[in-house]
Amino acid sequence: MKHRTFFWFFLPTGLAMLLFIAFPIVSVITQSMFAPHESVLITVENCDPFGCKKETTIDQDATRELRDSKPLGRFVGLDVYLDRGHLAINEVAEAWRTSETMGDFWSRMGNLPFYRALAFTLTYTFVCTPFLIILGMMIALAVNSLTKSMKGFVIFLSLLPFTVTPLIGSLVLFWMIDSRGILGNFISWVAADPDLSIKASTPLMWIAIIIWGVWHSAPFAFVVFYAGLQTLPQDQIEAAQIDGATCWQQIKYVVVPHLMPLVTFVALIQLMDNFRVFEPIVGFNAEAHATTLSWIIFNDLGGETRQLSAASATSVLTILGVAILLSPVLVRTWRDFKGKR
Amino acid sequence: MASKAQQQPLGLKIAVYGFIFIWIMMAAFPFAWTAWGSFKVELDFFSIADWTNAITGERTKMTHGSAFTLAGYEGAWIQEEFWRATINTGIVCVFVVCTSLTIGTLGGYALSRSGYRYTFWLLIAALIFRALPPATLVAGYMLPFFEWNVWGILPTAIIVLVAMNQPFTLWMLHSFFQNIPKELDESAKVDGCTQFQAFRFVIVPVMWPGVITTGLFSFLLAYNDLIVTSMLLSESNRTMVPAIAAFLGSTYNEGQVMFAVAAVVSATVPLFFLVMFFQRQIVSGLTAGAVKG
Repeated sequence: MKHRTFFWFFLPTGLAMLLFIAFPIVSVITQSMFAPHESVLITVENCDPFGCKKETTIDQDATRELRDSKPLGRFVGLDVYLDRGHLAINEVAEAWRTSETMGDFWSRMGNLPFYRALAFTLTYTFVCTPFLIILGMMIALAVNSLTKSMKGFVIFLSLLPFTVTPLIGSLVLFWMIDSRGILGNFISWVAADPDLSIKASTPLMWIAIIIWGVWHSAPFAFVVFYAGLQTLPQDQIEAAQIDGATCWQQIKYVVVPHLMPLVTFVALIQLMDNFRVFEPIVGFNAEAHATTLSWIIFNDLGGETRQLSAASATSVLTILGVAILLSPVLVRTWRDFKGKR
Repeated sequence: MASKAQQQPLGLKIAVYGFIFIWIMMAAFPFAWTAWGSFKVELDFFSIADWTNAITGERTKMTHGSAFTLAGYEGAWIQEEFWRATINTGIVCVFVVCTSLTIGTLGGYALSRSGYRYTFWLLIAALIFRALPPATLVAGYMLPFFEWNVWGILPTAIIVLVAMNQPFTLWMLHSFFQNIPKELDESAKVDGCTQFQAFRFVIVPVMWPGVITTGLFSFLLAYNDLIVTSMLLSESNRTMVPAIAAFLGSTYNEGQVMFAVAAVVSATVPLFFLVMFFQRQIVSGLTAGAVKG
């Protein structure tokens, strides 16, 4: 295809991505280096019979004029990144100097919003991903051994957690594990503790959200592995059987190695996707116990005061995190591309 | 195929069926439970006294005279005007799917037919864009949209969702078009067609399976999105998902949890039918090459 024709074919989609993905990134980076204007103060001298007093007040008109003329704010360089809401350099240094034990240091870090969210996001990403791969693999193996008439029905029901809106899925689960819901009731009956409530306990909330994550994404892993199983060469399985391999050995030495490229694929995709986790925090009403990077951005942007620069700084830091997670994918794509040539 | 050697021992078979049963319960039971409970009053759905009340609806009988009530739906749809959100979701989804497929097929086709090196870099750029969490971009939209006075209206949200859809659409359609033999459109060009005519008359008639699959995922992205629609739409233009999120804030406190339950069930119904009718396309889309939404 000629360059010219390619250009016209690609123009609409390229323009959409340039205007609404590439430019916003630039705009986010710019905004993160500006902070909102401080109010303009004026000092008036009021004289009365008892003497003169200097009074400082906010000049409303001048403040509004300044904000309207320069909506971006004032340039502060990297200050926003270093403040308490983000990297919190001073607080971390302070905690490092004054904490006596490591545990103390980490608990003080846990009070800083950015590190708190980062801790949960990373825990969620790296705990969810292996579990959902294992669960997906188990479902795929089990479904593969079903009779044909049942497969369609089972696949249909299995797809539900994945296709249903994440917010809806998390609400549905949350209402069940609510202390008044059926699972919540059941859990407190098993634990013989009538006051047990997931909403009140940080570890339980973390576990609940991670279970939601596995529940939500396992169908994706299942479908990919199930498709992979359809391409499994039958003669290899037969050869293993003739050699007297048990079922477990067949899975371990024939099936899993065959699916290994798909495992890598699912793992890379899910690491990227789990890093953006956000909906269950809203659905589980969990911000008192667990926050994520995406949720912080959402929280800063929402409400009456839209804290654009704070949200932008968190966005840039999140993008850096995604870049680190994405690098193995890029290396892999690059190798595939080299291999093809 | 089912030779004696390949038959599974009975114990294993029972284990497999048991596991499948547990998984099905995990996957489907929460939805069934919530759908059933949405016709009850709050004291039954969240029954502290006796969990069987949630099934039989004792309290619902006391309040409404029958074990089923539409009170939750009435509250959500009429009192809280959920129908408005439903219409908005419909508009957003239709326009997002149509626009993103139109520009996506053109772009994906071009990427699959051009052999130059820049196509690789464009695809890599798309992959990077695909990896960015939508939340990180939203802060970048706010200020310009306020300045241009386009914040809060449906077209803005639609165009943003279309753009966010493009990286995935391009990857998916690129790999799909690569499986359509090049000879098809090349022979059309030999016969004197321009590239666009070759695309229009030769490729378009055979591209529908891939386009429908991609369209399904575009639909799901637009339908399921929370962050873009809740940040870029004003209150009266909200779609279903942000409307439900808003229910959580307001009606939760007024003891109207059942409104939210009814709204959640209402919003799940279209997805349920979507999966039912397009199960095959969804499965093939998830497994198509090394891409996923």
